[in-house]
Amino acid sequence: MSNEVRNVLIVGVGGQGIILAADVLSNVLVSAEYDVKMAEIHGMSQRGGSVNTMVRFGNKVYSPVVEKGQADYMLAFEKLEALRWSDYLKPGATIIMNDETLSPLPVLLGKAEYPGDIEEQIIAKGINLITVNATAMAEESGSPRAANIVLLGCLASLMPLGKDVWHAAIERRVPPRTVEINKSAFEIGFAYISERATADEALI
Amino acid sequence: MKVLLSGNEAIAYGAYAAGVKIASGYPGTPSTEILETLAKYDEIDSSWAPNEKVALEVGIGASLGGARTIVTMKHVGLNVAADPLFTLAYTGVNGGLVIVNADDPSMHSSQNEQDNRHYAKSAKVPMLEPSDSQEAAWLVDEGLKISERFDIPVILRTTTRINHSKSLVDVDIERAESSREYEKDVQKYVMIPAHARQRRSNLEQRLEALAEFSEEFPGNRVEWGSRSIGFIADGVSYQYVKEVFPEASVLKITMVHPLPKRMISDFVEQIEKVIVVEELDPFIEDQLKAWGLPVVGKRLIQGIGELNPETIRAGVMGDADASASLAAADDIPGRPPMMCAGCPHRGVFYILKKMKLMVAGDIGCYTLGVTPPLEAMDTCFCMGASIGNAMGFQKATGRKDVVAVIGDSTFMHSGITPLIDVVYNKGIATVIILDNRTTAMTGRQDHPGTGKTLKGDAGVEVDIEKLVRALGVASVQVVDPYDLKASRAAITEEIAKDEPSVIIFRRACVLAEKVTGEPLMVIDECDSCKACMQLGCPALSWEADRARIEPSQCIGCDVCGQVCKAGAIVKHEQADQGAGI
Ligand SMILES: Cc1ncc(C[n+]2csc(CCOP(=O)(O)OP(=O)(O)O)c2C)c(N)n1
Repeated sequence: MSNEVRNVLIVGVGGQGIILAADVLSNVLVSAEYDVKMAEIHGMSQRGGSVNTMVRFGNKVYSPVVEKGQADYMLAFEKLEALRWSDYLKPGATIIMNDETLSPLPVLLGKAEYPGDIEEQIIAKGINLITVNATAMAEESGSPRAANIVLLGCLASLMPLGKDVWHAAIERRVPPRTVEINKSAFEIGFAYISERATADEALI
Repeated sequence: MKVLLSGNEAIAYGAYAAGVKIASGYPGTPSTEILETLAKYDEIDSSWAPNEKVALEVGIGASLGGARTIVTMKHVGLNVAADPLFTLAYTGVNGGLVIVNADDPSMHSSQNEQDNRHYAKSAKVPMLEPSDSQEAAWLVDEGLKISERFDIPVILRTTTRINHSKSLVDVDIERAESSREYEKDVQKYVMIPAHARQRRSNLEQRLEALAEFSEEFPGNRVEWGSRSIGFIADGVSYQYVKEVFPEASVLKITMVHPLPKRMISDFVEQIEKVIVVEELDPFIEDQLKAWGLPVVGKRLIQGIGELNPETIRAGVMGDADASASLAAADDIPGRPPMMCAGCPHRGVFYILKKMKLMVAGDIGCYTLGVTPPLEAMDTCFCMGASIGNAMGFQKATGRKDVVAVIGDSTFMHSGITPLIDVVYNKGIATVIILDNRTTAMTGRQDHPGTGKTLKGDAGVEVDIEKLVRALGVASVQVVDPYDLKASRAAITEEIAKDEPSVIIFRRACVLAEKVTGEPLMVIDECDSCKACMQLGCPALSWEADRARIEPSQCIGCDVCGQVCKAGAIVKHEQADQGAGI
């Protein structure tokens, strides 16, 4: 194991299941015997605020918070939040972004505009952007609420850890009734990115 | 086995493992989950007190009774509990007593960011500060032992980053058994001046012994590295320093009061340049300078808000540009928190705004009534302040259109005594109690008004109506805040009176009861007047020339339906009927 510390950001809006996704991810990393730290700010988050969770792993992790420009991956549950936190990514890092827009209060009130060029702005920063319709994919698995686990499945396909540790972590962390739905949501996300990657290679 | 625990979960586990028997506290971000986690252990009697002063007083009683005890609160809670704390240092304890105090630098969920390390010094009690979850768990045990050995309460001070960050904790420790006998000792526990004077000088002896202990305490330690630059850091700042300057020597401070003077002097002597890295005030730095040690701190490290690796790097490197660019704002629309769709507070603030009243506010979800578009609040200081503020303002201005707005949990916490003042001193302010049957802001805890305990047992509910009548308020109404007409009538009627009055707006929090109802919809009658947009409901948005209701969000409270003069907001079935005509 190298000494390098890797950083993942999971961002979105309160109520989207971000904390659970971060929880499953950190559990996977713990079972893979990394040192892990996870920072989250909650409090006002339940009232529709912006939520951001940072997961760091490596041989030895000190700071629980990620520095700007240091994140390797971001899972974004909502597009505006992807843009808001995109400064935290390294050049060349990857954002997996749910194709979902949730208007914040200033936009609902007509006092601000929801940016129409989020994809372009992110790509202009030299970030590798993968947009996923996680909600629709979650519906396939049996519940639109499993969008968080679909996104996690997408991330998993980019990380060098076996699928079984992810399944085991899902079993431990999600409510028992929803284990099967969540496992299938995970598979759908995982397959989506793997297939996409093969398609990309085929193009080259 | 090692598992990932938040600082709060680790503190709860540490308390369990250390044999804590009694736990009390009052909710407050970021401390709340400690007691919520402790409540799951059958061996521990844990409970929500109505406020932090009561929680500490319960804790003192438990300690005197011989139990290991923990009391939890957020930083401002210690202001409320300060009165017993200062005298508790004199009396000391019997069973170990640890007070967990959670500071909130950057005010993620607080009205100020006071640095509570000052309490340790002014109340003359030891204070411990963890840097991660493992240490948080360990320090509960250490704190209880220190408390018993030195006969003194111990404050365990955390910050939001410690409470809400997760890291690995060893959970294989077996629960310790500990209990002591109570021995009546009036010289020690009855603080009349004659006894207090003796305890006052005894306290100095205990502090001297603690200062000696601080030198040996394994939590305070030097990690030697380069001798050209060295850091002294406490709490989460220690982690940031290790992250940014892995080569440097670091003196980690875990007992921040009393500080280990010899250890620090020795460290400073051996290092060319020593920088103190601490969040908020120059607490450690000032003490070191008073001892004549050549250190720098706040000249380089910001004193406002949380630190992070970037601000520390920029400060130490003297890179002002870097710190400025960190603070630079961008033009991405913000996402401020807002009242939920169907929140029973919304209609009341809509009416208060329409009536243009002076609104003395208080702390809770309803403080969101200050944000656009409702903007119906004039003040917010601390829990319980609204009623006294309204009383003083009304007396100073002679205005009658003054109301205090306070939540049910806040009323139980510190709203009763100021209401007594209104009655006693002939105030005429109208007090509005927003009774949503829960402590919503901090994640829906029960309180004396709901009767349900932290352990989940049903008990006696405090009857707010009878209570305020017993205090001498003759004019009391209970109103459903979903009924805008009745709500407005009640407020109009009560502010006109020359006597104290109370309106209880009672309707359960939509989150607490998991309320779902039939969503409403906007039909063609919408005349684009935008009146409904004045409610700031997340289910309502403006699209092109008319309002739209997001069905997955709307719970059908019909507050917008009552605001709509065109009758364009209706239930789905009404819309279907309308289409048939
Ligand atoms: C002294 C103190 N203790 C705790 C808190 C944290 N806190 C903020 S609001 C609140 C209670 C809110 O409950 P309630 O008054 O019922 O209003 P609601 O949020 O339900 O609308 C608490 C515990 C605080 N700000 N100050």
